[in-house]
Amino acid sequence: MTRDTRLAWINGLMLPLLNVLTAFAAIAIVFVFINVDPIEAAKIVIHGTLGYEEGVGYTLYYATNFVFTGLAVAVAFHAGLFNIGGEGQAYVGGLGVALAVLAFDPSISPWVVIPASIMGSLLFGALWAIVPGYLQAYRGSHIVITTIMFNFIASALMVYMCVHVLREVGQMNPQSKMFPETAWLPFIHDIFAGIGYKIAPSPLNLSIVLALLFSLLVWIFLWHTRWGYAIRATGKNTTAAVYGGIKPKKVIILTMCISGALAGLVAVNELLGYQHRLMLDFQYGYGFGGIAVALMGRNHPAGILVAALLFGMLYQGGMELAFELPNVSRHIVVVMQGLVILFCGALEYIYKPRLVRFLAPIEASE
Amino acid sequence: MNEFLLNTLDATLRYSTPLIFASMAGLFSERSGVVDIGLEGKMLIAAFISAAAASVFGSPWIGLGAAILASSIFAMIHGFATITHKGNQIVSGVAINIMASGLTMVLGLAWFKQGGQTPALANDERFLSITLPGVDIIDYIPILGDIYRELISGHNILVYLALLIVPLVWWVVNRTRFGLRLRAVGENPKAVDTAGLSVERLRYKALLIGGILCGIGGAYIATAHNAQFTKEMTAGAGFIALAALIFGKWRPYTVLSACFLFSFLKALEDRLQSVIIPGIGEVPVQFIEATPYLLTVILLAGFIGRAIPPKAVGEPYIKEL
Repeated sequence: MTRDTRLAWINGLMLPLLNVLTAFAAIAIVFVFINVDPIEAAKIVIHGTLGYEEGVGYTLYYATNFVFTGLAVAVAFHAGLFNIGGEGQAYVGGLGVALAVLAFDPSISPWVVIPASIMGSLLFGALWAIVPGYLQAYRGSHIVITTIMFNFIASALMVYMCVHVLREVGQMNPQSKMFPETAWLPFIHDIFAGIGYKIAPSPLNLSIVLALLFSLLVWIFLWHTRWGYAIRATGKNTTAAVYGGIKPKKVIILTMCISGALAGLVAVNELLGYQHRLMLDFQYGYGFGGIAVALMGRNHPAGILVAALLFGMLYQGGMELAFELPNVSRHIVVVMQGLVILFCGALEYIYKPRLVRFLAPIEASE
Repeated sequence: MNEFLLNTLDATLRYSTPLIFASMAGLFSERSGVVDIGLEGKMLIAAFISAAAASVFGSPWIGLGAAILASSIFAMIHGFATITHKGNQIVSGVAINIMASGLTMVLGLAWFKQGGQTPALANDERFLSITLPGVDIIDYIPILGDIYRELISGHNILVYLALLIVPLVWWVVNRTRFGLRLRAVGENPKAVDTAGLSVERLRYKALLIGGILCGIGGAYIATAHNAQFTKEMTAGAGFIALAALIFGKWRPYTVLSACFLFSFLKALEDRLQSVIIPGIGEVPVQFIEATPYLLTVILLAGFIGRAIPPKAVGEPYIKEL
């Protein structure tokens, strides 16, 4: 092994693994702190997520959301941008979905309505990200602050839309009317039933295929297209990118556009796939969760799929824990997200000097 | 005197208190060169711990002390990640917010078994309004009497503390040796380093002050403004404070004005809830709610003046070897 490949192994695999393990150790301490045996908790989580069909379905359904927001954050990271507006972009994406669905007559074919509403989520998510992108590129306002502000503006806008504009006539609940069945994405258990396999019903729907497809597309886009190259070059070294003829301002806007569109897809999984109506806070927590997923997945689609699966497990496992142990809040997964962001993000290189020092004698002996 | 106006201004003062503490906390941190988007998280954990400790030990002062401690620990985690380990300051701030959000809910349920809330605080477990001396004398003066009785008197001690802290912050930042060094380390850390001062120690101090202030702000929310902790009860106050910090261009008195402006909007929003204006219909309070954020975005975009942050903010300082 040459020195370079060894370093790549350290940076790409060993450090992230150590960081994740530290986060797990920290969560174990939290469990001990609230008088829960961490081993028992882990058993419940694993059984609740992998032990039976319905649990697997829920896990994959939650993971789908994390894939979308994880990809959204990762694409922005590659351009050196920190998009913490995934929460707001996903939320407004829901408005795109609802407007598209409700614009069509229920008699129109799903082959028209569903693609149109997916486009709606992509478009509205992108729109919500393009404004901060523009302000960063052309007015110099910091993207982190503007995307935070846009999360809150999105929240106010969506409450307004749900309460005043889209609320079903005669209903008190601030939510839209039920989408016609032609706009429902098929459930995976229905598809399986169609080809003769019977599996337990769960909210898992066709969006997961969309998530896999978009992971592939993002990978192709970032590493095998000219635009992807421009994004990565801008993120690595803007000065060098300019010297190579890349226009960072355009790159920023394009990146935010793609990032917002990906976040908007959460609405497809949640609204077209499961809830079948626009409701308040359907995206709650997934936007921020995406940051943890992207950091843990090292901003690579393959890593993001693994991290999203882990977070899907934690999400579903958290529900199971809360069900089995009355003392445990399902929000334990939120603590885990925070710890992952801390150890895989902010304290990313905490072990690097130690690891390099540890490996130095081995290196010298070769 | 117009009762509506007096009540609105009174509420403005109450809403502005946590914003003032948090934005002054952010001011110290950011003037020293460390971005602090974890104000929300620090206030949230402080709010929870203050209510928990006040309820268990029966004293708001113990609650306040515990809140300051908890918030300072979070501030030091931020410092450890961003100053010692040169981690990304935004990422660390996000981690602080999310950890606080999760921990308050998890510990709240485990400790008190009330769905994440803390028990309701009795009167002697929280900060109560105090009547300032001389109310009954000044009351005889028209207008002034109303203002003194309704607006100035009758708040709890933390409200007055918030108002006193702003001139103190101004004095510390602009008139003391520590303040000069603080501003220098946020603009040009290399110069400070060359002068033989520790950049790291200065930044840690700034973050610690920020932790203490956020602690007081959080305690105010749970043990003074309200009488228990409920989930996510800071409800974005930390982010509004961040907006006020930017809107006030990182200067104490302008930040204070921004805090007043944003809290006035909040107070107005409460009072216009489901009010029907003839010809227009129901007031869309969501627009008032979004105004602080919109104003900040517009300011940042340079359409109304310019908000120029401390020059070295966001960059970890790496000493050359």
